[in-house]
Amino acid sequence: MRGSNETVIRVRGLEVGFGETLVLKGVDLDVWRGEILGFVGTSGGGKSVLMRTILGLLPKRSGLVEVCGIELGSCSRAQHRRLEQRWGVLFQNGALFSSLTVKQNIQVPIREYLKVSQQLMDEIAFAKLEMVGLSVDAADKFPSELSGGMVKRAALARALALDPDILFLDEPTSGLDPIRATEFDELITTLQRTLGLTVFMVTHDLDSLHDSCDRIAALADGRIIAEGPIETMLASEHPWLKAYFRGKRARAAGIA
Amino acid sequence: MTAGPLLHSTRLGRSLVVEAGGTWTAARAAELEKLVEAVAAEPADVDAVEIRVAGIARLDTYGAWLIERLRRAFGRGAVEAQVVGLDPRFDALIGSMHASNRHMPPARPRRNRILAFIEGTGKAVVGMGRDFVEMTAFLGEAAAAAARALRRPAQFRPIAIVHQIDRVGLGAVPIIVLITFLIGAIVAQQGVFHFRKFGAETYVVDMIGILVLRELAVLLVAIMLAGRSGSAYTAELGSMKMREETDAMRVMGLDPIEVLVLPRLIALVVAMPLLTFIGAMSALTGGGLVAWLYGGMSPEIFLDRLREAITMSTFQVGLIKAPFMALVIGLIACVEGFRVQGSAESLGRQTTASVVKAIFMVIVLDGLFAMFFAAVDM
Ligand SMILES: Nc1ncnc2c1ncn2[C@@H]1O[C@H](COP(=O)(O)OP(=O)(O)OP(=O)(O)O)[C@@H](O)[C@H]1O
Ligand SMILES: [Mg+2]
Repeated sequence: MRGSNETVIRVRGLEVGFGETLVLKGVDLDVWRGEILGFVGTSGGGKSVLMRTILGLLPKRSGLVEVCGIELGSCSRAQHRRLEQRWGVLFQNGALFSSLTVKQNIQVPIREYLKVSQQLMDEIAFAKLEMVGLSVDAADKFPSELSGGMVKRAALARALALDPDILFLDEPTSGLDPIRATEFDELITTLQRTLGLTVFMVTHDLDSLHDSCDRIAALADGRIIAEGPIETMLASEHPWLKAYFRGKRARAAGIA
Repeated sequence: MTAGPLLHSTRLGRSLVVEAGGTWTAARAAELEKLVEAVAAEPADVDAVEIRVAGIARLDTYGAWLIERLRRAFGRGAVEAQVVGLDPRFDALIGSMHASNRHMPPARPRRNRILAFIEGTGKAVVGMGRDFVEMTAFLGEAAAAAARALRRPAQFRPIAIVHQIDRVGLGAVPIIVLITFLIGAIVAQQGVFHFRKFGAETYVVDMIGILVLRELAVLLVAIMLAGRSGSAYTAELGSMKMREETDAMRVMGLDPIEVLVLPRLIALVVAMPLLTFIGAMSALTGGGLVAWLYGGMSPEIFLDRLREAITMSTFQVGLIKAPFMALVIGLIACVEGFRVQGSAESLGRQTTASVVKAIFMVIVLDGLFAMFFAAVDM
């Protein structure tokens, strides 16, 4: 296992809800430095909600969320800003800025946080584009001119713009063809190895879970029902996990 | 953290040794870039260049790229630079940077300013012509949709129409009452103040009556609706288009013109005359109040004079204009809404265009009506 024992993200007893309904009912989760954590759960189960709460985008009803030992919500503005420099986020639908080109999108965080020349910004933007497998022709396109998979990769390039320590990915491989998805997994693993990234990855991609994730956490009924490497998931007797990891698709992916 | 310089170059005979160390990450990118540029710019008539990177403790894509840039800078001087002492951890990173930035997209040719200006003007003129054609086509489509709906009244979507009337009509009443009341009062005050100088205060009533009923009420309401409802129409339709909602409707066999545009147009056409009437009454009230409190003219006298000053046609002139102006506002708003492209910026641009064009066209239309009514003696 690649992860060390230092926790980067610590979630305790987290409750989040909308109106009457409680989506997360007491989530406990640890993400360790340098690991790739795969996060699974039913569609509509609250995975994106958890990610957005960790990022401080949604208010919590109760519980504790700490990122790098800093508790969001009670930290100072300066601490929050430092944290924002250290994480990169890929939203489920890309969330590229629609009035900026792909290149400008990647340069937004660079421009905000680093005082480097335009030339270096361009070179870094092109390098990031190539890293995620986009051709440089896409650099001057607007998000509305991209395909769904290209949006994903452009958004990943933007998430990687500052070489963050922590990467939050919400279903990064959905919408990619299997070859690209595999390349994507390899890219994440490479980055994780070279940059020591910590990755929190929401995914339904059984191959990603199998090949690149060090640990997997499963969410059901608003709680974490299992946590551990893929073997733990496979051995679990929880009916939902059994259906998930030992179903037809899992067999097709050669996991079960 | 490693002490010592980040980058340091020494000459050993005919070879140059560049030594890099410490933290080569994004946070120090600005500093590193300057150092790399300085070393690359050094005059170097050497046969070999060695970049020693063993001292680098932390490296990310920024650092890796800057090392690669340094290597390429020497490569241009026809000496192959060797990177030595690379920590195996960083192999993949340096490798991927080595492969990147090989194919730059072609630089866009610079344009002549004057030519660009002329081109821009030409485009604007053509755009104006296209605007007109598009508006006419849109009006035709809306009319066709209305005709289709007339044959099958169930398609008229009464609930949507009532909902829109509630939004653009009823919702606008308070603000319309307020601004027309204030404008009526202000015009009356000015009239009393200036007419008093030559003892013609009583004519204030004629002025207010004719001005408000023929022009002011309908113009104020039109401008208010263009700003309030036209902009909302454009933004709504535009964001629906942006998120492919209109496409989804089309493939379900729903005509966006029929479902979205028609109820909105009908609502505006119905609501605007009503609002104009309300606005006119409110303005007359404001004027009458000022004439009474500031000009000392009792309400009875005000009403008497008003009855003499205006005729039914004064009143009609204002109201006849209202539905036409409403149609222009609604059409422009919807056309602009459907012109929104993929970006948030274009949504803003189109909404602005919608309001500006609608107000402009309302005033042009008012001028045309003035000529028309003069010709028919109204
Ligand atoms: N802003 C919101 N207001 C109200 N309810 C919301 C909001 N955002 C999410 N929810 C609800 O919270 C629940 C969890 O949503 P979430 O987006 O986290 O699902 P998910 O696990 O990410 O699913 P998927 O795999 O489909 O992306 C859903 O039932 C959703 O309806
Ligand atoms: Mg989700």
